[in-house]
Amino acid sequence: MSHGHYKIFLGMAAGVGKTYRMLQEGQAEADAGRDVVIGYLEPHDREETSAQARGLEVVPRRRVQVRDVSVEEMDLGALLNRGPELALIDELAHSNPPGLEHRKRYEDIADVLAAGIDVFSTVNVQHLESLNDQVAELTEVRVRETVPDSVLGEADEVVLIDLTPEALIARLRAGKIYPASNIQAALDNFFKIENLAALREVSLRQVAEDVESKRLVYNAEPDPVGTRAEERVSADAPKAVGERLLALVRPQPSSQRLVRRAWRSAQRLGTELDLLWVKPPSLVIEGEVDRQVTALRQLASVLGAQFLIEEHDDLVAAVARVVRERGSTYIMVGESEPPRGLARLREPLPQRLMRATPPGVDVRIVAHRALKEDGR
Amino acid sequence: MIHVEHVLIALALVLGLVGGFLLARSRLRPKAHQPEEVHQILLPFTGTEISRRAVDAAMRLARAEGATLMPAYLAQVPKSLPLECAIPNEAAKATSMLEAIEQRATAQGVPVDARIERGRSYRHALARLLAGETFDRVVVSATATGASGLSGDDLVWLLEKAPAEVMILRPGPDDQRVLSAANGRALAASGNGNGRG
Repeated sequence: MSHGHYKIFLGMAAGVGKTYRMLQEGQAEADAGRDVVIGYLEPHDREETSAQARGLEVVPRRRVQVRDVSVEEMDLGALLNRGPELALIDELAHSNPPGLEHRKRYEDIADVLAAGIDVFSTVNVQHLESLNDQVAELTEVRVRETVPDSVLGEADEVVLIDLTPEALIARLRAGKIYPASNIQAALDNFFKIENLAALREVSLRQVAEDVESKRLVYNAEPDPVGTRAEERVSADAPKAVGERLLALVRPQPSSQRLVRRAWRSAQRLGTELDLLWVKPPSLVIEGEVDRQVTALRQLASVLGAQFLIEEHDDLVAAVARVVRERGSTYIMVGESEPPRGLARLREPLPQRLMRATPPGVDVRIVAHRALKEDGR
Repeated sequence: MIHVEHVLIALALVLGLVGGFLLARSRLRPKAHQPEEVHQILLPFTGTEISRRAVDAAMRLARAEGATLMPAYLAQVPKSLPLECAIPNEAAKATSMLEAIEQRATAQGVPVDARIERGRSYRHALARLLAGETFDRVVVSATATGASGLSGDDLVWLLEKAPAEVMILRPGPDDQRVLSAANGRALAASGNGNGRG
């Protein structure tokens, strides 16, 4: 049995029109003669959404008792028994109550796909695990229902439902998202222009990364006969094909600047940053060295970077090993002190790093801006 | 027969060898073993601009005393997040400001050792910083008071609790110069151009 085709409609926030668009495309498929059913729909009392669902068959929900409350949930068994060509299943991040087949709805969807049924589903960007902290910091609202990023990676298509923050707020004010009694509270809390603008950026970046990772994986491997290319997009594909920065630090104040500059580059590239200190075996971490190592560790924690300490007497060999292990694509080093004595005869560090690391790894020297400005 | 010249040459060779050995030994000695006195001046701040008067005062003191300037961005972490979590949004503001201060200080030959400190409030972040480092002086601008910075209560707390000399600078009414993250240069605040420079 072939695996179903999986399409996810991704949005930056409630009300952008994910469910509406999913239903619209479902209607188009039905009009084209395909057997389409609604597996689960959360219309949120939105008139436009309910109207878009009209005419589509709905698989009846099942009632589940949660303590003293009876709730309606998607009936996975009934949907599998019905066996349509395409199922529309809203809100893939939803957590099922105890006692059902799976803990999360995206796991239900995996069963539906495995049964050869195509699925359209929806999710908001703040539900993605890796973005949860970032979104919570931006909006000060933490979403409890999260899904692994691999869910997005496993989808055959991810459609970003984009809307400007101004347009979304206009929809909110017009009562198209929440009932009138909740509008002001929403405007005062989550639905602020700055929140929505930040979420929009995160969503756009997420989809861009997803597209890029898939493109690179497809290009990297020939398509074996009988295997869907998409199946080879594993959860860790972005890690395998994306950029990764490695900043070489030393326990001294100037490394703080190097780390900040490396982090800004990493932010621009939308990639991860590792910090590496190659500690000479004879050096004891105490006193000022200890203070600076603690400061670097703190900075790494603030920036969400990994701080690595490798004990080795050969800096270049240690860096080359870490570059291979971590899949680094850029190495950033600070400006060196002018060499003295016999060190003048030695090949400069960037050249030695270039020779020791795999082809394609860039080495960048972070200049000391203030000194350069002075020197003009 | 031994000539005086031979003795002098031999003596010069011995002295040269001993001198070379002592010089090499002093260069090879690990720096970590050298006693280092840490003279630090803390310059805590919040937000995306800082009083230029406070920055200049801290730099003057650091230069005069041969001290290291420690500009420290204080970041508030919402209670919904772990205190030690990554804060990329705050970090983006902090890195721009620290870069601006660092460039200015370096141009004047003042060594800098910057920090970003997290806390549930600005005062909490400051307390964590004071607990983790040793300072000779703390320079803080009174213009940082208000909703977005350290409050009057925070400054009183700092005066009482900081194990260092505290300088609270209150700029003159016409001095609204600030160092901004926007371009790292001193800017005059809107509505008053007197302080430009």
